[in-house]
Amino acid sequence: MNLTDHEKAMYDGEHGRAKARAMDLLVRYGEALGAERLVETNNVAGAFNASTPSVQAIAEKGMEHVYSELNLDSDEVVEVPHMVAHTCQLITGIDNDNWELQGVDKSLVDMQRANEKYLGRRGVNMFATCTPYQVGNVPVKGEHCAWMESSAVIYCNSVLGARTNVEGKESTGAAALTGRIPYWGFHITENRRGTHLVELDIDVDDMMDWGLLGYYIGEVIGEEIPVLKGTGRQPDLIKLKHFGAAAASSGGVEMYHIPGITPEADSIEEAFGGRSIKGTFRYGAKERRETYEKLQSSTDKKVDFIMLGCPHNSIDQMALIAHMLENKKIHSDVQLWVHTPRAIKQVAERNGYIDAIREAGGVVMSDTCPAISRRLPAGTKVIATDSAKQAHYLPAITGVQGWFGSVSDCVDAALTGQWNGRV
Amino acid sequence: MDISTEAKPEAIELRGRKVVAGRAEGEALVTTETISGWGGINERTGTVIERRHEMRGVSFAGKILVFPGAKGSSGWSAYFHMTRLNGVQPAAMIFTRMTTKIALGAVVTRVPAITELDQDPLSVIETGDWVVVDADAGTVTVTKKSRR
Repeated sequence: MNLTDHEKAMYDGEHGRAKARAMDLLVRYGEALGAERLVETNNVAGAFNASTPSVQAIAEKGMEHVYSELNLDSDEVVEVPHMVAHTCQLITGIDNDNWELQGVDKSLVDMQRANEKYLGRRGVNMFATCTPYQVGNVPVKGEHCAWMESSAVIYCNSVLGARTNVEGKESTGAAALTGRIPYWGFHITENRRGTHLVELDIDVDDMMDWGLLGYYIGEVIGEEIPVLKGTGRQPDLIKLKHFGAAAASSGGVEMYHIPGITPEADSIEEAFGGRSIKGTFRYGAKERRETYEKLQSSTDKKVDFIMLGCPHNSIDQMALIAHMLENKKIHSDVQLWVHTPRAIKQVAERNGYIDAIREAGGVVMSDTCPAISRRLPAGTKVIATDSAKQAHYLPAITGVQGWFGSVSDCVDAALTGQWNGRV
Repeated sequence: MDISTEAKPEAIELRGRKVVAGRAEGEALVTTETISGWGGINERTGTVIERRHEMRGVSFAGKILVFPGAKGSSGWSAYFHMTRLNGVQPAAMIFTRMTTKIALGAVVTRVPAITELDQDPLSVIETGDWVVVDADAGTVTVTKKSRR
């Protein structure tokens, strides 16, 4: 791999052992990919947190052991200097306030807090959300990023027009210290063009519809780049956040184009960039219904846990849920957790949304989600969620049955204890 | 095994590109389905846990893992990294579809890995075949289980 003089100097240890180990990982990774060089990045979103039992044995030796082993793949334990790139922490396993409700051991909470203190001083900003683009990290078109979290990656590439591959814990750890990432995949303009056309025969309107469309596209397209035709009404952040998360869960979609809406194509022709279309799919009422059925993994109508906010809710979603729960009480057999980034939670608190949700019997969670933490209220057998991603992962990870539906279907289930959703 | 077979084991050689250096040999475990890291494997046992996966319940620990590649969460590398720390990583990886997840995952699992082979490893190699991966030489040598 071709390295610049500065990269060679870092590799050779002239800028300290941590950067040398980071460069070693980036070179091994770049060569594995077949990349010819690295590219500069000043925007890293990674997973630096220590919040699981498996990390505990390493963390007990010191936080530099965690970073060296898990974020740099280095046997040599290095002192971790300040990050050189703007860097943020994605979602973690523990809600700093609601850990008792999650059933987390106090020793893990202490470990996470100690780790945050260690990382915070070194420039890792503790957004603690899967949606950094909602709380201040909004890369501009063309900006080279090194992001993890599939739902954030697809949003970054498609909606913002910034450039990132799906990075991992080790590559983001190395990128944050060096400001470099392999120049491969979505960093390269030619690799960002559409491959398949998806023609819509029906209107896609609310958030649930966008989730269903995303889940369908991921299933049929896998890792290719869809171009959507006929989406009708203008989507917003909430809808595209759900659409992307769904497409990245059922398949491995990391980029899409909606000509006229997403920034890299004003027309179908521009989206394909002169390349031939590899395949065309039609999405109509039949596909919508079949996708809806696929997302249901429950037969039991009695629901005991409602999960809202995957990807983490926007302030407008918090307002809607608060409004729906105003002056109501959730069913005594049901627990309701609503997830939003900590920064948005503060606004929601100020607006009275948190009070409305709490007074109805719900809990507002930040920093985590049940799929990441693998923690549900004790005894949960049947869940309901407004997230196609959560409906995809939670039954697989935790063995529960799951219902998927609209926000109002889920709130209705919270109030009645029964699932009455339908497409 | 047919003991009447007189011929010495005939090996099939595939040629490809090194992803991670090194040499390893062992019994092949072949799946035509991609594997999820986070949410798809148990990192303490090296077992596939994904519902509806054809290898569900099977451990790849110590095997030559032959598969199309990675899918799912960006936690792929972190979970395969943990299999190495727990001593239940595969002995080598042979795969067909390059992505950032599989590249980084193979690197941090630190096992010989190879891709871009001149024949489709998913059809040439079967579970139980004896496979030698020499990533530096860019070769995969397969002795069919019927010949072993």
